Amino acid sequence: MSAPERATQAEIAARVKAIESIMIEKGLMTTEAVDRLAEIYENEVGPQLGAKVVAKAWTDPDFRKRLLANATEACAELGIGGLQGEDMVAVEDTDDIHHVIVCTLCSCYPWPVLGLPPNWYKMPQYRASLVRAPRRVLREEFGYDVPESVEIRVWDSSSELRYWVLPQRPAGTDRMTEDELAALVTRDSMIGVGPTKAAA
Amino acid sequence: MNGIHDLGGRDGLGPINPTPAEPVWKAEWEKHAHTFFPLAFRAGFFGVDQFRFGMEQIEPVEYLTSTYYEHWVHSVVHHGVRHGQLDPTEIEKRTQYYLENPDAPLPEGKDPEGELVAFLEAVIPAGAPAGRDTGKKAKFAVGDRVTVVADAPKGHTRRAGYIRGKTGVIDLAHGEMIYPDTAGNDRGEAPEHVYTVRFTNEELWGAEEAEPNGSVTFDVWEPYIVPAKS
Repeated sequence: MSAPERATQAEIAARVKAIESIMIEKGLMTTEAVDRLAEIYENEVGPQLGAKVVAKAWTDPDFRKRLLANATEACAELGIGGLQGEDMVAVEDTDDIHHVIVCTLCSCYPWPVLGLPPNWYKMPQYRASLVRAPRRVLREEFGYDVPESVEIRVWDSSSELRYWVLPQRPAGTDRMTEDELAALVTRDSMIGVGPTKAAA
Repeated sequence: MNGIHDLGGRDGLGPINPTPAEPVWKAEWEKHAHTFFPLAFRAGFFGVDQFRFGMEQIEPVEYLTSTYYEHWVHSVVHHGVRHGQLDPTEIEKRTQYYLENPDAPLPEGKDPEGELVAFLEAVIPAGAPAGRDTGKKAKFAVGDRVTVVADAPKGHTRRAGYIRGKTGVIDLAHGEMIYPDTAGNDRGEAPEHVYTVRFTNEELWGAEEAEPNGSVTFDVWEPYIVPAKS
């Protein structure tokens, strides 16, 4: 069997331009809108927002409670929320339970706290294998070893609920400020496929 | 539909190869493809469930081997053509033109008041919530043992193959939300209660293959589940 013929990048780019030209003539799109959207997801909405929420939850027990009770409302307190995060649920890692998120049916992801997902999150390999063998996938593909004694809970985002992980606060960070703590929070730790950074 | 998009539990797709860091957009055209989504939504091409169904209908080999935003482009065209907003012949003609003249400019925009940018600046922080409240009573509660029905609809649904017929326990109850099985198939929102159901690894994959000490949660709409027998 020969490999299927794939469209080249030049062909795709031309096709997108063709569609856009029609949308522009109909008044449905402008290049200004493209620039604005790109600016938002390149510079404004990204995992630094989720990190800020996590750091606050680590330092403010009442906020942590509100976050776990209703993540959408708690994030709104910090001015964080919106498209693809209208109904968020934060799940808390403990010594006994580790959480990981996936969307097996498409690519659902909590944009307001994590920005747009990395490519591997949206591709078939992660979506297919994570629900079937999370411990193996985390160890072999992400180099993230979760001990056998820790239960792994995978959250498949099949509805508009958007799950994300509140990771455990790293050891040796007692004296750190919220900003310093936020710098330890990684995108991967909020997906559940990697650790937070260790305290320097 | 029992499409190739329903990937949970499939074997043999190869390694994930996660990158430690990558740009938000891998190519200039991806920015434009992404912008189609909110603006075609604004123009009435689709709701989010219909948008997903458009991607599910991509030919399987193409679905598995194309890049991510090509899926979006496919669904935008699928629905744009369906609603008479895009003409496939015109798309082909212009694609050929831009292929031969890649630096040719796009037409002049027609939005003097900046309404499209304003729309993005409003919808991105506000979102488009799927929660609804019709006052319908929930049939199930947290802690109930439930079984996913075996039905395999040919239209859009969020009933993944790997949870059909499986039994789990309701972990969370979320109230009513837009129902994909109607909304994705042009039959309206018809909201239903949504629950998060926890399935043990053993229930999903069998005692021989399942990893110990783990579970998968999956969100179901009320018509997807029945009380578990015993």
